[in-house]
Amino acid sequence: MTSVLYDVPGPRAILRNRILGAITIAVVAAGITFVIYRLADTGQFSAAKWRVFTFPLVQQNIGLATLATLSAFAVAAVASLLLGLVLSIGRLSDHAWLRVPSTIFIELFRAVPVLILMMIMYYGLPPLGVSFVTPFVAVVTGLTLYNGSVLAEVFRAGIESLPAGQKEAAYAIGLRKSAVMSLILFPQAIRAMMPVIISQLVVVLKDTALGFIVTFHELLYLAKFYGAQFTYGSPIIPATIVFGTIYVILCLALSGLAKWVEVRSRRSRSGVRPVNAAKAELAASEI
Amino acid sequence: METLFNNLDLFALGFQNTLLLFAVSAVFALGIGIVVGAMRVSPVPVMRAFGTLYVNLVRNTPLTLLMFFFAFGYPKLHLLKLPYTTLAIIALSIYTATYVAEVLRSGFNTVPTGQAEAARAIGLPFVQTMTLVIMPQAFRAVIPPMMSVFIALLKNTTVAAGFSVAEAGAIRANLSERGEPAILVLLWVALFFVILVGVLSVLQRYLERRWRVLR
Repeated sequence: MTSVLYDVPGPRAILRNRILGAITIAVVAAGITFVIYRLADTGQFSAAKWRVFTFPLVQQNIGLATLATLSAFAVAAVASLLLGLVLSIGRLSDHAWLRVPSTIFIELFRAVPVLILMMIMYYGLPPLGVSFVTPFVAVVTGLTLYNGSVLAEVFRAGIESLPAGQKEAAYAIGLRKSAVMSLILFPQAIRAMMPVIISQLVVVLKDTALGFIVTFHELLYLAKFYGAQFTYGSPIIPATIVFGTIYVILCLALSGLAKWVEVRSRRSRSGVRPVNAAKAELAASEI
Repeated sequence: METLFNNLDLFALGFQNTLLLFAVSAVFALGIGIVVGAMRVSPVPVMRAFGTLYVNLVRNTPLTLLMFFFAFGYPKLHLLKLPYTTLAIIALSIYTATYVAEVLRSGFNTVPTGQAEAARAIGLPFVQTMTLVIMPQAFRAVIPPMMSVFIALLKNTTVAAGFSVAEAGAIRANLSERGEPAILVLLWVALFFVILVGVLSVLQRYLERRWRVLR
């Protein structure tokens, strides 16, 4: 698409583009150099500050924290997919007593910040006598309620994007509503919305980091712990670099999967195409 | 009700700070987002590459991690001393700008290719093709998803509560010192967010109807 915005560059345009490119590189390089200079100048690259991360026990703990993050992500992802499925069926129901509560539920939990949901679970419930709320439960519940509601809307958008003929043909051959939904509409909707669904799961993975604020022992929590170790020179910046890299790599891997699924299903000739990238982006601007 | 009215001062202060974070970050995110969005479609390959790198990297970074860096890491660099509120605004702007850039770029894609081709055919250069032909049309398609980004920004301001900014998410911590039940405080905060998001959604629908694209 971008190429329709401008002509194939001629000699003058190529020269101009090279000059602009060189300026861009210079500005970005200057910015990065400044940051690295500040990091080096304040001794962030000194061996002493990084030593703590060479200990096997510390590395083992980093592994465990990564597992904690991933397990919260896995449980929340599965639970939100299920909740999303149930809510979207409810919202598309013919019965008002199912449709109205589902709609209210979805709209309500999409409007409340995830962190507030986690806090309600973690700080709000225990004084009322609820005893099973660990930070893990709070994080998973908060993520599930919010992302389940968002995914319900994604599923619904997927079903509504299908041609009306699909539903009509299914009813015409004598299927009931439950069969129409489960055999005809949902499989196609899920396939069409796959890139959006996986992007939403990236949001789940990113938001597990909020667990840091409700004392869930995940990557950032450990980063703060090691970053505050005075004996090792309070290496908060090295800790941010180490733990941040793990987070970014995990999220990039999942985003890469979304991209791969989108490209692959667009290339396949059978079945429904995924909604086009631009439309999906516009639909998925929940962050 | 008593929980709210006895502590109206803290609730007011909290939401005042939330709205401040929201408004200032929205302006900066829009500014950075427009620049990055323009870079991503520009004819200069290097600019496209940096735009893509920035968007992909920051979109895959948790906001909490960005706030973490600015709140705990930045002061260690011995640069200009900034209050936590400013640092939170920087993190929110950098994070939200990537979403703004992506919404803009997908907005450009909704304009039929014939428009850009016609603009080029009458000899308009890139900047004029964008400002005179593409952007005015993309603008309409961009309004609803842009509002969704701002709604998300409003909700994301609560993350700053974990990093010493006295906004709506931090009301609970302050009120637990006054002995108020946490659940009531948090439910009030949640209710106010539902109302604020509701207001933005109504605005979104109004603008959407007002500038509906008729093609």
